[in-house]
Amino acid sequence: MPDLRNFTLNFGPQHPAAHGVLRLVLEMEGEVVRRADPHIGLLHRGTEKLAESKPFNHSIGYMDRLDYVSMMCNEHAYVLAIERLLGIVPPIRAQYIRVMFDEITRILNHLLWLGSHGLDIGAMTLFLYCFREREDLMDCYEAVSGARMHATYYRPGGVYRDLPQRMPQYQPPADPKVHRSTRELERMNANRQGSLLDFIEDFCNRFPALVDEYETLLTDNRIWKQRTVGIAVVPPERALALGFTGPMLRGSGIPWDLRRKQPYEVYDQMEFDIPVGTEGDCYDRYLVRVEEMRQSNRIIKQCVDWLKANPGPVMLADHKVTPPGREAVKQDMEALIHSFKLFSEGYSVPEGETYAAVEAPKGEFGIYLISDGANKPFRVKIRPPAFVHLAAMDEMVRGHMLADVVAVMGTMDIVFGEVDR
Amino acid sequence: MTMALSGQYMTNGLLAAGVLLLKVLAVIMPITVVVAYLTYVERKVIGYMQRRIGPHRVGYRGLLQPFADVFKLLLKEVLVPASANRFLFLTAPFLALVPALATWAVVPFWRGAALANVDAGLLYVLAMTSMTVYGIILAGWSSNSKYALLGAMRSAAQMVAYEIAMGFALVGVIMASNSLNLDRIVVAQAGGLHHWYIWPLLPLAVVYFICGVAETNRAPFDVAEGESEIVAGFHVEYSGAGFALFFLAEYANMILISALVSIFFVGGWLSPFEGLVPILGKPGLHWLALKMAFFLFCFLWFRATFPRYRYDQIMRLGWKVFIPLTLLWIGLECVWKAVGFGPWF
Repeated sequence: MPDLRNFTLNFGPQHPAAHGVLRLVLEMEGEVVRRADPHIGLLHRGTEKLAESKPFNHSIGYMDRLDYVSMMCNEHAYVLAIERLLGIVPPIRAQYIRVMFDEITRILNHLLWLGSHGLDIGAMTLFLYCFREREDLMDCYEAVSGARMHATYYRPGGVYRDLPQRMPQYQPPADPKVHRSTRELERMNANRQGSLLDFIEDFCNRFPALVDEYETLLTDNRIWKQRTVGIAVVPPERALALGFTGPMLRGSGIPWDLRRKQPYEVYDQMEFDIPVGTEGDCYDRYLVRVEEMRQSNRIIKQCVDWLKANPGPVMLADHKVTPPGREAVKQDMEALIHSFKLFSEGYSVPEGETYAAVEAPKGEFGIYLISDGANKPFRVKIRPPAFVHLAAMDEMVRGHMLADVVAVMGTMDIVFGEVDR
Repeated sequence: MTMALSGQYMTNGLLAAGVLLLKVLAVIMPITVVVAYLTYVERKVIGYMQRRIGPHRVGYRGLLQPFADVFKLLLKEVLVPASANRFLFLTAPFLALVPALATWAVVPFWRGAALANVDAGLLYVLAMTSMTVYGIILAGWSSNSKYALLGAMRSAAQMVAYEIAMGFALVGVIMASNSLNLDRIVVAQAGGLHHWYIWPLLPLAVVYFICGVAETNRAPFDVAEGESEIVAGFHVEYSGAGFALFFLAEYANMILISALVSIFFVGGWLSPFEGLVPILGKPGLHWLALKMAFFLFCFLWFRATFPRYRYDQIMRLGWKVFIPLTLLWIGLECVWKAVGFGPWF
């Protein structure tokens, strides 16, 4: 009798559906997965250690690169932690701007998730539809920070600068071989005539119909339902035990949302609903995320209305923590000193420790920060949601088929920047 | 005397062989060109469905793109994995392509215009289309790769399930036309739009077309390739010309399935305006081409619209839905034929 063994399949890291650099060693029995062993660390960049060797402000940009699909939410947690240790609260307008951009980020993230989840299951058109809307939101990022992804827009004490009064517009192509008529250019710039807020408002008005468009492709599609209903069911008690957060937890029916449970910034003044699933399968998590996009849209709308009506400062005037500005430096001795000290030494944060968490699109993204009173953090511990979710991979795919592994990976919404850090 | 006679036979034989060769070329060359432009059309159609514009750099509006692709693939190195079975690895692409092209021998382009107007043409079609799977199985097995093996296994299982449903769907056509000859099947549908078999045999036509999509491993049944699961499935190890041949076979099969659906169910070269409009009512190759173009468009349309089925769901669909459905309809057709209602039977 020959010795029968299950065969192992090396899934990734160079695999079209590995979502970056996941290496999954699957023990298979034919098409059925008996055991899944995720190997991580291929994108490890030592973010935590890097942050410990730099003044506090210098690490904000590293946070963008953790979960590189929900950039500003990561910044938010880090900046929030510093602010809590410093004991400062940013101006109210900055808080609204942060909330607005957190929600823009949520839509950005969920759009990418929806597109790639669809692509994994074979619905490729959706991917391009989602990227069409992502483009507009990326432009919002660019308008406020100059960067489309790694914004470094949130700073301790507020945000880097106020929202621009004029939305950047498309220019005629520089390449003479590329032809673009004036009419087409006018059409492309039609919603970019006003300020950034006008542009975002226009987006808010368009977006619900676009979500309907995505849903027509998937929600009632029989094949989509066959591929997601009943796949990787996580009962609520298991979801809690596994440390799930965000849509993964809400998909299992637990209405846990940090924006409601531990409101930060101005979330306590926002009106929004928290969607929860009933079955805890891939389909429920899909529905939860799609609904979250609609709810984020609602929040953005409320922020836009408030921001239009209430101008004001977006950064604290405490120049021990925030830069005094170039003009002041030229005229004011004290401002020059502040500027020099801030950009060379940084600022010292009082001794203490804190944990600041935000409801990132993927779940609870937290920063545990210890300061020993120096100008650099003593320890930065990052709590990424996807790392915890990935740990449940084995439990979720066991007994499912190979094709479901891809669906489960999609439903987890993993980004390796934050898993490996 | 005998010498002269045999010499004469030989020249005649050579002449006949030459003519046949030309005829074969006259079928294969256009198919190859159509395959090339089908890839272009696919990229354009799916591009526009996805708010892109598709290839537009090589030649006017990208019209030379297929040739650029062909040259690229032919100039690439043919890599044979060290642990692969070399002979089978290199044979498999031909095993996939040859049946795809050989089936065209019995396809009539218009009245009497088939390379071989054989009486059992339909059986030949069934035999040839089931041969395609050998190329895939051998490619998957000889690559000695787990992904390729999984792809081959999926393909083999899928083929068994769908061949049966496909065969049953054709039984309906045979019953309706009383013939296995493709030419006669079309002629039996003459008499106008309402004489086409798509009306009485609608479920069979749908099943046949869907099985065709599945047989050609096209979305949403592309589990044998399953890009996001098993990377490229059975042809994951192929590069250059070998890959090109699989590609050619897949597209030649798509065209073939479109032609067969047109012939079996929507009257092949017959005009939909037969007997109604003087000039438009004339039968001809263009009608066949138009019908084929429609079905080919459906192939692309499906690909842009649907998510991919899972392997076991495809099996369930084949065994538990299509086969019972075709059987049921064949039973109904028997009764229908005995009662003799309508213009069809």
